[in-house]
Amino acid sequence: MRITVNGNRTEAPDGAVVADLLPPDCRGSAAALNGAVVPRGRLGDTALSDGDVLEVVTAVQGG
Amino acid sequence: MSTPPDRSLRSRSGGEPQMSALTIAGRTLASRLFLGTGGLPSLAVLPDVLDAARPGLVTVSMRRTSSTASGGLLDLVRKAGLPVLPNTAGCLSAREAVLTAELAREALGTDWVKLEVIGDETSLLPDAVELVDAAEKLVRSGFTVLPYTTDDPVLARRLEDAGCAAVMPLGSPIGSGLGVLNPHALESLVAAVDVPVVLDAGVGTASDAALAMELGCSAVLAATAVTRADDPVAMARALRLGVEAGYAARGAGRIPRRAVARASSPMEGRIA
Repeated sequence: MRITVNGNRTEAPDGAVVADLLPPDCRGSAAALNGAVVPRGRLGDTALSDGDVLEVVTAVQGG
Repeated sequence: MSTPPDRSLRSRSGGEPQMSALTIAGRTLASRLFLGTGGLPSLAVLPDVLDAARPGLVTVSMRRTSSTASGGLLDLVRKAGLPVLPNTAGCLSAREAVLTAELAREALGTDWVKLEVIGDETSLLPDAVELVDAAEKLVRSGFTVLPYTTDDPVLARRLEDAGCAAVMPLGSPIGSGLGVLNPHALESLVAAVDVPVVLDAGVGTASDAALAMELGCSAVLAATAVTRADDPVAMARALRLGVEAGYAARGAGRIPRRAVARASSPMEGRIA
């Protein structure tokens, strides 16, 4: 399936979940699927669908 | 006989006077200096900067994850035992800011947010309409909202009415280092609201932080002033001392300004 991750179109295997698209070290990270935040406890069982738009963010230096 | 010193300003050990604690939304913060981490050329110096500043809050931003992202920043801040305050820097609409705050809450486990909604990327000035809209929505969602705002007392009161836990006016544009350009406005803003006022932008050096405190601010946030100084560790310490000096001076009751001289030496008994 084709999904968009952080603005980039990419291919994801069928059956992929949000957690698969997070960095290995996901401390300080969170994801929003189609504009809605995915709770941390649901990252592993929130399935992705063709056309989904995923934002994955992490804490960086900022003022 | 001179007035006895205010004992609330004295430490238990009877040494240097200490600042009273600042409480925002029921949470007592260890310092009236808040520190932004943006602009530091390397994380290697951050532990020493944090140690020198001893800030009450440390701000971070939320950005799209890149392959180089790591938990290093958060590890360093948490190792120093300091609370993290995520911001919504760069957001141009209430919608973006609310989603960013929600992501930060999930990522960092805090419902505190330094709310920034800017009008454009050149001035980085707050968009008042979007800011109030975002503040209302976030307060309704249970966030503790500390909005970056202008030095307009009326807007500050709107934000207080919206339920914000503090207001964070600029002294001058973000990253400009121009200090407090309109002291009268800042002083009026402090008088206009009951929530703590945190000077948020424009600090260039220690005297700017001291002035903000003298004008009645409850705290000062500095980022660029420290992170882009030639010696960030030395400037972190200087700002901490500036905040302390300004706070102490505010409590000390400065002399009124006079248009003409007034001798401090007696005029009587001079030789002819």
